[in-house]
Amino acid sequence: MLSKANSNQCCELQTEKPPPQLVVLKAGMSDQRPDPDALLARVQAEEAHPARGKLKIFFGASAGVGKTYAMLDAGHEQRAAGVDVVGGYIETHRRAETEALAHELTILPRRQVVYRGATFEEFDLDAALARCPALILVDELAHTNAPDSRHPKRWQDVEELRDSGINVYTTVNVQHIESLNDVIAQITGVIVRETVPDHVVEQADEVELIDLTPDDLLQRLKEGKVYIPQQAEWAAHNFFRKGNLIALRELALRFTADRVDAQMQHYRRDHAITHTWPTHERLLVGIGPGPLGVRLVRAARRMAAAMHAEWIVVVVETPKIMRLPEVQRDNLVQTLRLAEQLGAETVTLSGQRASETILNYAQTRNVTKIVMGKPARPRWKELIFGSTVDEVVRRSGEIDVYVITGDQDAVPPLAPRLIERTSSWAAYGWGLLVVALCTVLAGLMFPYFAEANLIMTYLLGIVLVAACFGRGPSVLAAVVSVAAFDFFFVPPVLTLAVSDVQYGLTFAVMLLVALMISTMAVRLRQQAQAAGQREQRIAALYAMSREFAGSRGIEKLLRAAVRNISATFDSQVVILLPSATGQLQAWGDVTDWLGQTVSETMVFIPDNHDQGVAQWVYNHGRMAGLGTDTLAGAKALYLPLIAGRGPVGVLGVRPVLLRRFAAPEQLHLLETFASQAALALERAVLADEAQRAHVQIETERLRTSLLSAVSHDLRTPLAVITGATSSLREGATLLDSALRDELAQTAYEEATRLNRLVGNLLDMTRIDADGVQVQKEWQPLEEVVGTALARLDEQLRDHPLTTALPHDVLLVPLDGILIEQVLINLLENAIKYTPAGSPIDIAATATQDTVTVAIADRGPGLSPSDEQRIFEKFYRAPSTISRNGVGLGLAICHAIITAHGGRIWADQRPDGGAIFRFTLPLDGTPPHIDPETDVLSGQLPPSAGP
Amino acid sequence: MTEREPVILVIEDEPPIRSFLRASLTTHGYQLIESATGQEGLDQVVAQRPDMILLDLGLPDIDGLEITRRVREWATIPIIVLSARGQEQDKITALNAGADDYLTKPFGVAELLARIRVSLRHAARIAQGSQESLFTVGTLRVDLTRRRVFVADTEIHLTPIEYTLLTTLIRHAGKVVTQRQLLRDVWGPAYATETHYLRVYMGQLRHKIEANPARPRYLMTEPGVGYRLAIE
Repeated sequence: MLSKANSNQCCELQTEKPPPQLVVLKAGMSDQRPDPDALLARVQAEEAHPARGKLKIFFGASAGVGKTYAMLDAGHEQRAAGVDVVGGYIETHRRAETEALAHELTILPRRQVVYRGATFEEFDLDAALARCPALILVDELAHTNAPDSRHPKRWQDVEELRDSGINVYTTVNVQHIESLNDVIAQITGVIVRETVPDHVVEQADEVELIDLTPDDLLQRLKEGKVYIPQQAEWAAHNFFRKGNLIALRELALRFTADRVDAQMQHYRRDHAITHTWPTHERLLVGIGPGPLGVRLVRAARRMAAAMHAEWIVVVVETPKIMRLPEVQRDNLVQTLRLAEQLGAETVTLSGQRASETILNYAQTRNVTKIVMGKPARPRWKELIFGSTVDEVVRRSGEIDVYVITGDQDAVPPLAPRLIERTSSWAAYGWGLLVVALCTVLAGLMFPYFAEANLIMTYLLGIVLVAACFGRGPSVLAAVVSVAAFDFFFVPPVLTLAVSDVQYGLTFAVMLLVALMISTMAVRLRQQAQAAGQREQRIAALYAMSREFAGSRGIEKLLRAAVRNISATFDSQVVILLPSATGQLQAWGDVTDWLGQTVSETMVFIPDNHDQGVAQWVYNHGRMAGLGTDTLAGAKALYLPLIAGRGPVGVLGVRPVLLRRFAAPEQLHLLETFASQAALALERAVLADEAQRAHVQIETERLRTSLLSAVSHDLRTPLAVITGATSSLREGATLLDSALRDELAQTAYEEATRLNRLVGNLLDMTRIDADGVQVQKEWQPLEEVVGTALARLDEQLRDHPLTTALPHDVLLVPLDGILIEQVLINLLENAIKYTPAGSPIDIAATATQDTVTVAIADRGPGLSPSDEQRIFEKFYRAPSTISRNGVGLGLAICHAIITAHGGRIWADQRPDGGAIFRFTLPLDGTPPHIDPETDVLSGQLPPSAGP
Repeated sequence: MTEREPVILVIEDEPPIRSFLRASLTTHGYQLIESATGQEGLDQVVAQRPDMILLDLGLPDIDGLEITRRVREWATIPIIVLSARGQEQDKITALNAGADDYLTKPFGVAELLARIRVSLRHAARIAQGSQESLFTVGTLRVDLTRRRVFVADTEIHLTPIEYTLLTTLIRHAGKVVTQRQLLRDVWGPAYATETHYLRVYMGQLRHKIEANPARPRYLMTEPGVGYRLAIE
């Protein structure tokens, strides 16, 4: 999201945001308060796009009314007012006045796209984003971009411009409005393929109608002032009939008027004018699988817009619908998509009877009007099977029911037939083979059994064919069976001629029975298949959810997601997660993924271009890439992983078969997988955060206890120093010299101790921060002991010390400075806890692979519980509370010795006192030293002089 | 030592430390010049020609190491650097750059005075070009002209390397000598990083001349930096 915010920033200053506070203030002053929820929704909607550019549409009834000219004119005005205006894409159609206007503006060069040998000139979106003007003029909002462009439609380019905070002026003709599309097709007989979704126009900040009377327009047409593209001339002549122009003008005026009305509503809401508040209407549209659905949706959309009502599009999944072929169910999904695009809420219900389900749902949602399609089937069918519409009308109670006609011819096909399940030629061959086998069997039975039994053999064969090979082959088998029966077994045998007319009935019944059986068997098979597929999907989804539930940590979760999605969709998968800066990165290297559960064939790494696509998906929260209508040039399909708190990443899927996601159901399933993965991922991220928070609390707790311990331990010596030095200062003349010396000595000793305490604290902090960094070198143990003893020289004054180290120079691999610290801490510990005068012994013994160092005292010793806990941080033996020291010394020793690969422990000395031991491993070979055997004294060495 | 009071330049940015140094050094017969910044210190070195510099490594303007290098470009004035514990590498770098010795904060007056005395004496001896022929500390006695070593009147037999090691330390008696310097002086430049040679021979030497090699009196280790031959 961050990168999007950044791109917004470039233009942030140039756009103004209406101040929502003002609205609230006005409302607050009035007695008639506006609906607070509605206000809140508006404020939130305004805040959702704080820096979104504004859109002004120059709207016209048809080509030639002067939209482009008006747009350029307005652009000039803005420029004169000092606004940074750029012409993004201007279509002058070589009209002199328009061209003259356009020349005065900065025009961005067009992007040249070569596609299949032809060169197209397109609006250059990236150049516009890079130029980042305050206002850009982009003609023809409904234009379809050349293939290979980022978005298939220009209005999507405009949306992206606005997302980047750029204000846009554009032009649209009324016939390009999506919801008016079919009405205009009816009026003009021309189906317009380039459409703009209604919401784009509705959400425009301003719409200016450029109006011209039909007579004036026709006059301009005659004068050649209106551009008509060559290839559409025949259509254009049809199009520019006066009747058409009047109708189009009316539609344009109406559309604009509706918009103005909507603005009025807004105004009223903001200003708490409630007396004309319309009752809350809610529209429900019931659609079925037929092509009528699209028409219904469009009509309902117009009704809903006129009534300012919410509208819900409902599909009832009855058992009948479940049995429909995939093509028809695709239609249904497509229609639902269209409805969503037009702003409807879509709901899929399931029930036995459509009418009952719709009415129940309508009641729970307080629906005021139901819209349904007029059934297209014959009257007799309705009489026999009943009609959903009739039932709804009869039982609707207070709800109004609108029934709309279906005119199937006017509706363009929704989508190319994606999947047609046709039986292969082999299946027909098998069907014929089965019939042949039946004939052979019947031939064998012929001498012994009656004809009726032979027919049974054929029927059995037909059931088999229907169950195994589908409808086509089973129908063929039925027909061929009847022919074969006639040919081989009905006298006269071996001709198709029939001697007895009675056989006519036999054949008819046989054929009918065969067809009915085949239909039923095929239906059974389809149901089983559908159920099987559904079960597979649910099982796959369930398997993934279960694995998610059992996965701890993001990595395991991502592995589970990749494995399951890859297996279910037969695709290669990548998951991209945002870095701290919002830049997406493929999670892990491919090689990182490999392991017990994920193999190389399951994953892929997106190239640079695809990386860009994924980033776009992440920023916009919309699906894009392969098979979609956005950035279709990508090598994979990218879906945003959107969870409760917004996008958490992007899922990339590269199917082995490109057509894999052509079926909307597959795509829906993939979306379900993606949302499952997103939720699990969010949960894992939250768990991670919770864990971190927990660690932080723990650290905080430790820090608090450290602070209290430290402040006590630092203050004690400071108090002594302050006391001693202040007495020296105040009573310099009163104190005798012995007392002065004693005070000075005390202050000095306390300062020394304070220094060591601070040293220990710093050591511990460093160890905690980076762990112990050990730099081992082969060193004589003796030397390390020596430096430790030298540093404690003064404190050891009162303690007789014995050292018992191996006689020869014993080299041990160790970090001298750290081991010295260990020795100092252990010795200090011994000094601190034993009375003056008691001896301290240091001893070291070496075996083949370890050296053990022991420091023993004759103090009070340790209790068994102390022996265990003494190496913990901040632990002090309870008996010694009065003594100071934070209790870090031994914890530091423990950390250092452990880092050396050794062990440290404390024991009770058998004859009184405590003994601390630590071991250091003697691993590796000691460094080689060239021997020097020549022992001499008084002779000059050959290498060097003094 | 010269007749006049030796002049010591203190380059240190902490006023309390300067005042502590002023109090202790002036009462012990030294004259003090103080600088709070490195630049001022460098100017003072040129203007006042002090006999010695006490230099804090962590100055706010110019790095102490840089000051050492710049002074060494044209003067042999002894420099003692003051640094905190845990900055072993800085100490070594400073010594390699030409500092004579170092003191780890916090330090006592006795230690400070000892270091100053040693460094001034070295400087004086180098100036005079004189060489002592007999070195004595405690019961250790080394006759440098006749190459004989005695501990409590008993002659000790040393190998050539052990002897060279000892005499190298004697030449810098009281001052720290870095491991690198010892290795180069005794074994040659090729051995500059073979610290285990130094450690093993130092251990052997201790076994020969120290009463308790685990608690040496003469051959002191400066952990992580080098060795120092005690002089008192």
